[in-house]
Amino acid sequence: MAALIQIENVFRYFGNQCAVRGISFSVGANGVTGLLGPNGAGKSTILNMISGNLAPSSGRILINGIDIVRRPLDAKRFLGYLPDTPPVHDDSTVDEYLRFCAKIHRITPDRQNQCVQTTKQRCGLGEAGKRLIGNLSKGFRQRVGIAQAILHSPALIVLDEPSVGLDPIQIREMRELIRELGENNGVMLSSHILPEVQSTCTRTLIVHQGRLVLDTDTSGLEHDMAQSSLVMKTRLPVDLDRLRQVDGVDSIEALTGNSYRIFFRKPHNPSEQISEIVVGSDWGLLELCTEHGTIEELFMQLTESTPSLTDGAPA
Amino acid sequence: MIRTLAAREFNSLFRSPFGWVLLAVIQTSLAYLFVAQIDIFLTSIQPKSAGLDNFPGVTGLIVAPLYGNAGVIMLLLTPLVTMRAISSERANRILPLLITAPLSFHEIVLGKYLGLLAFNLVIVAMITLMPLSLELATDLDYGKLAACILALILLTASFTAVGLWISSLADHPASAATATFGALLFLWVLDWSQVATDRSGGVLQYLSILGHFNDLRTGLISTTDLLYYFLVIAVFLSLAIRHLKNRRFSN
Repeated sequence: MAALIQIENVFRYFGNQCAVRGISFSVGANGVTGLLGPNGAGKSTILNMISGNLAPSSGRILINGIDIVRRPLDAKRFLGYLPDTPPVHDDSTVDEYLRFCAKIHRITPDRQNQCVQTTKQRCGLGEAGKRLIGNLSKGFRQRVGIAQAILHSPALIVLDEPSVGLDPIQIREMRELIRELGENNGVMLSSHILPEVQSTCTRTLIVHQGRLVLDTDTSGLEHDMAQSSLVMKTRLPVDLDRLRQVDGVDSIEALTGNSYRIFFRKPHNPSEQISEIVVGSDWGLLELCTEHGTIEELFMQLTESTPSLTDGAPA
Repeated sequence: MIRTLAAREFNSLFRSPFGWVLLAVIQTSLAYLFVAQIDIFLTSIQPKSAGLDNFPGVTGLIVAPLYGNAGVIMLLLTPLVTMRAISSERANRILPLLITAPLSFHEIVLGKYLGLLAFNLVIVAMITLMPLSLELATDLDYGKLAACILALILLTASFTAVGLWISSLADHPASAATATFGALLFLWVLDWSQVATDRSGGVLQYLSILGHFNDLRTGLISTTDLLYYFLVIAVFLSLAIRHLKNRRFSN
């Protein structure tokens, strides 16, 4: 059976600007794939191409083995898509809008009502059916947008930054929903927030400047962040040279007051030794905590060290 | 599927005050012109023309001018109806909903077109109530009235096709409306320059929309005129479909 999404060496130019440079990957029938990258990395362009709203300048995109540009009608039957702005009709009620979506996705009339009802329940819109979409808050509009994407139970669900504009409780519900969807469907989402991808995705693709720079299982992501740091605060100034001797310590940066940031290379975590030294020397250890690598640091590393995975092998 | 899209397009015109305001403006301004026309007929034309052979009658002197005026008003207002169709969906980022759904580009364009056409039919029906009210006082020439109705329907149908195409090109509704107005006005006045029309060997005259409208409106129904309108509609709808298809590749 063909992969759910297969992307073969896709480029996309906007005028002279190259937004996507030779990306290839494929996605299987279930699981949640996260497309991670800073703003302007090309995530939305990639998702727009997968959903058939943009055509690649060169290369091919196959949905279930069907070319989205050549045979859009057949390929789009497998698709549900939430763009970066939810495509909702402000002048309709939630029920009217979802019924319209059910019709254009060719759900048979006898199943339309049931589809709308179950989708509303899943997306937490149970009470909002009679409300005008134009009067809904941003979080609710986003939910309506997601409802629209999953209404017809598509094999592939593409979500562009699904948790933007949601409050923390809604974000948690959203993650729950996405994980649930990933059990039976293929879900592809984009985000520029690392914890979001870590908590929902089974696979992570990192794009930077239109290139795929990393393709890994999410659990492997932490390992790829080779460098991490500790933040330490002491009562008295410390002897930095002594700490630099510790195994695994790369460098130490003095911050304001008696605070220091200590960079180290995984897998050696020097916290234990450092605390022993500081306590042993009576410098008065007030605070010592690990800083997790930020996405920006990861990007820096990836873009400096890895040229690009032009032929990213499917995981 | 086309019906679903058409219904959505038609309904959305009435979900904001826009559709209602538009109907009110058209009806009020034409009613005033209609009354003025009756006034002229009663005070100056009827007394002089009593007993004339070949008298054009009420239908020729009141109804035909009414539809002529309606044509001018539609020239001004159709751009406002069509501007929203595609460009405001694009501006509001709603268009991906239709593009991602398993709909062909024909279905999207035809659905929207038929929805707008239905709105035009409402306008024409409302206008037609005015001449029908004359039935209380006099006998109407129903053949001529039917010709007037057909003329106005075909005129607005081709205006709408042009407007829909321009709406598919534009990113902002205001620029779509302005460009549509310019295009329609150009079609309207194409043969007003006598010199250019003579030199073009009748081409400009054939392309101008006004001549075909006037022929039909005065009861002269010829296949040339009908064909002209069907060609205009077909050409501009195909251009809109083509543009939406190709826009996926554009920058």
